[in-house]
Amino acid sequence: MSDSSDTYFIPEPSRWPIVGTLALFLTFIGGGMMLNGSGFGTFILGMGIAAVIYMFSGWFSDVIRESMAGNYSKQVDISFRWGMSWFIFSEVMFFAAFFGALFYIRVLSVPWLGGEGAGFATHMFLWPDFKAVWPLLTTPDMALAGVESQYTAIKDVIPAFDVPLVNTILLLSSGVTITLAHHALRKDHRAPLCWWLAATVLLGIVFVYFQIGEYAHAYHELDLTMKSGVYGSTFFMLTGFHGFHVTMGATMIFIILIRSMKGHFSSKDHFAFEGVAWYWHFVDVVWLGLYIFVYWI
Amino acid sequence: MSDAAVHDDHHDHKPTGIGRWLFSTNHKDIGTMYLIFALTMFFVGGAMAMVIRAELFQPGLQFVNPQFFNSMTTVHALVMIFGALMPAGVGLANWMIPLMIGAPDMAMPRMNNMSFWLLPFSFTLLLSTFFMEGGAPAGGWTMYPPLVFQLGDGFPFLIFAVHLLGISSIMGAINIIATVFNMRAPGMTFMRLPLFVWTWIITAFLLIAAMPVLAGGVTMLLTDKFFGTAFFDAAGGGDPLLFQHVFWFFGHPEVYILVLPSFGIISQIIPTFARKPLFGYSSMVYATASIAFLSFFVWAHHMFAVGMPLAGELFFMYATMMIAVPTGVKIFNWTATMWKGSMTFETPMLFAIGVLFMFSIGGFSGVMMGITPVDFQYHDTYFIVAHFHYVIVPGIIFGIIGGIYYWLPKWTGHMYDETLGKWHFWLSTISVNVLFFPMHFIGLAGMPRRIPDYSTQFADWNAIISIGGIVFGLSQLIMVWVVIKCIRGGEKATDEVWEGAHGLEFTLPSPPPFHSFTTPPEVTEASAHS
Repeated sequence: MSDSSDTYFIPEPSRWPIVGTLALFLTFIGGGMMLNGSGFGTFILGMGIAAVIYMFSGWFSDVIRESMAGNYSKQVDISFRWGMSWFIFSEVMFFAAFFGALFYIRVLSVPWLGGEGAGFATHMFLWPDFKAVWPLLTTPDMALAGVESQYTAIKDVIPAFDVPLVNTILLLSSGVTITLAHHALRKDHRAPLCWWLAATVLLGIVFVYFQIGEYAHAYHELDLTMKSGVYGSTFFMLTGFHGFHVTMGATMIFIILIRSMKGHFSSKDHFAFEGVAWYWHFVDVVWLGLYIFVYWI
Repeated sequence: MSDAAVHDDHHDHKPTGIGRWLFSTNHKDIGTMYLIFALTMFFVGGAMAMVIRAELFQPGLQFVNPQFFNSMTTVHALVMIFGALMPAGVGLANWMIPLMIGAPDMAMPRMNNMSFWLLPFSFTLLLSTFFMEGGAPAGGWTMYPPLVFQLGDGFPFLIFAVHLLGISSIMGAINIIATVFNMRAPGMTFMRLPLFVWTWIITAFLLIAAMPVLAGGVTMLLTDKFFGTAFFDAAGGGDPLLFQHVFWFFGHPEVYILVLPSFGIISQIIPTFARKPLFGYSSMVYATASIAFLSFFVWAHHMFAVGMPLAGELFFMYATMMIAVPTGVKIFNWTATMWKGSMTFETPMLFAIGVLFMFSIGGFSGVMMGITPVDFQYHDTYFIVAHFHYVIVPGIIFGIIGGIYYWLPKWTGHMYDETLGKWHFWLSTISVNVLFFPMHFIGLAGMPRRIPDYSTQFADWNAIISIGGIVFGLSQLIMVWVVIKCIRGGEKATDEVWEGAHGLEFTLPSPPPFHSFTTPPEVTEASAHS
């Protein structure tokens, strides 16, 4: 079996880490070449992403197999818990960089550009017609160069009490459904567990669907794009990375759903479920921050 | 390691061939790979430093064009920080933490392997930019926009290399935290952990909190360059200074990520050769934690000269001053540990004492630079270069080298050549001061950083500095020879290795079995703090 004594579990040498490394390497080489304008780069990028998916499925298959074989002691379980917790914390810090950028821009850089404090002279001489307001529909460059600006003027922003509110309700409900699924699991009720998980995945998919619709609306009707100055930059960076995380989270829950249908989890032993649920709640909380600071105030 | 095989025959099977390294789940093998990689990168980065010093030997342009010179300074920093120092620290952590806490291995051995293997691939990306249109990064390792956008085809590869390094560091840090929190032997409570383990947990927290912020920052660079965003463009409502804030929010904790493991190492070495327990163990732990906590509130002291509001300048000045307090506690404790100890001066101890003296020089110049008004004079001069090289070379690299000499007999089963070790120490110590001390003078006199040519009044000192640099670089080859010689053979090391050595790692044979502790040892108060 594995290279372990009675007390500890140490996995056998595994090819997945090096496969994963090569996969990420390919992805980034391909991505870099693509950004430099090479069509072949796109092909390598695609291969890289495929290899990343292959690595994940292979690596997690091994983990699931070991888990089902009963190799994992209480100690391994706790290691996984610490690992997942700190992984989520690192994700929090990743989003913190973008939220920090948003606050810095809203609180400091835009007012300075508008002539506040030490920005008085630059405002007067560089772009006297620029007004510091948020949402920033007109950038300093537009105030100066008009239609010749490298940035496009935004017609309007997405109102908070519209699709974003619906999305908030969807995500918060999905937090409830996954908790109901957990309660069902703890009572070993497999059918409600699967139904609630399916509901959670569905809510996630609908969220992403609405988000895509919102992006299309922003691009086609509002002229709100990545190229429309710093409002568009922060908007798409924050909501985009969040949307990506929702997609990942929904995929993970979908896998947990399949494993639940196969009866992989018991009321006592289901860390995979919990780890994914933690992740889903994290995605939820990030959305609340987004809703408040990007859409609402 | 031919002799080691004899030693190992009663242990469980060891994988063989290239697969042993590619697919490894063993903390010692992975630690060894980290250390070899770090050593390689140390010489790659060192070679770049030699190019810099050769160019600066005399005023005027001699060997390289200014663009390539700028690439040398930029990539030297990236290679040394991310390729040599951090992997060396993680390598030591991999080797020693399971031994020190009485564990069989790291908590997540497969992830551990991936953390390592990302590094060579990441540096392949980074160094490949030398062969691309537009050359290697030349805008400084801090990647400030808008200058960094002048980089050609290498730009996305620089960003992606940083991403890979970040992924590697975060996985490594998570692994270390899970290992220490969860794999300690019975009785190994937190306040009985060896100081090296403590400094590494705190370092791991810093990594998890800081690296994702860097990832976010460079991602914004990438979108600004390729997708039309305006984070760092004032014309679009952003601010180039925003990047500096994001970068140094990572960058300042990063310097503690580099230095804390070195502090941990000398906290192991000094008690051993002073034959006394570490003075003020718990204050050492709290001081380390305070340094780490404060490191998140001082970042803008790298930016005093950019035109921040006065309140910002003052806040970051006072916060920076505060870091001197816990650092002073540590220096005091190391000194007090040696007080009335029965000291001997083997190579590891010499390097540890070197850290104590010369890190303090770097610390003092750090306090000077932390004073906002005077920093306006120091900013972007060789005084800054002198400061951080004092902190990094005799402060961190000496700590790591000391750790290598200290644990090398444990790893290989042989004692190293003490005479050569002493030559290495004295040559390094004399040359490192010839190399970096005069930089204080020319910095105060106004010589700016990061330029290939300079005014003739700086010529004499620059020639001396270059001589110091070349001697220092060549001296490091002695270490390579000592390590190779030690692996190939030598006097057998005992389990304890050093007369005054304590800790679980010295209860195992030298070299330790492939899986360190297969049954957990018992730790008592007496065995932990003797």
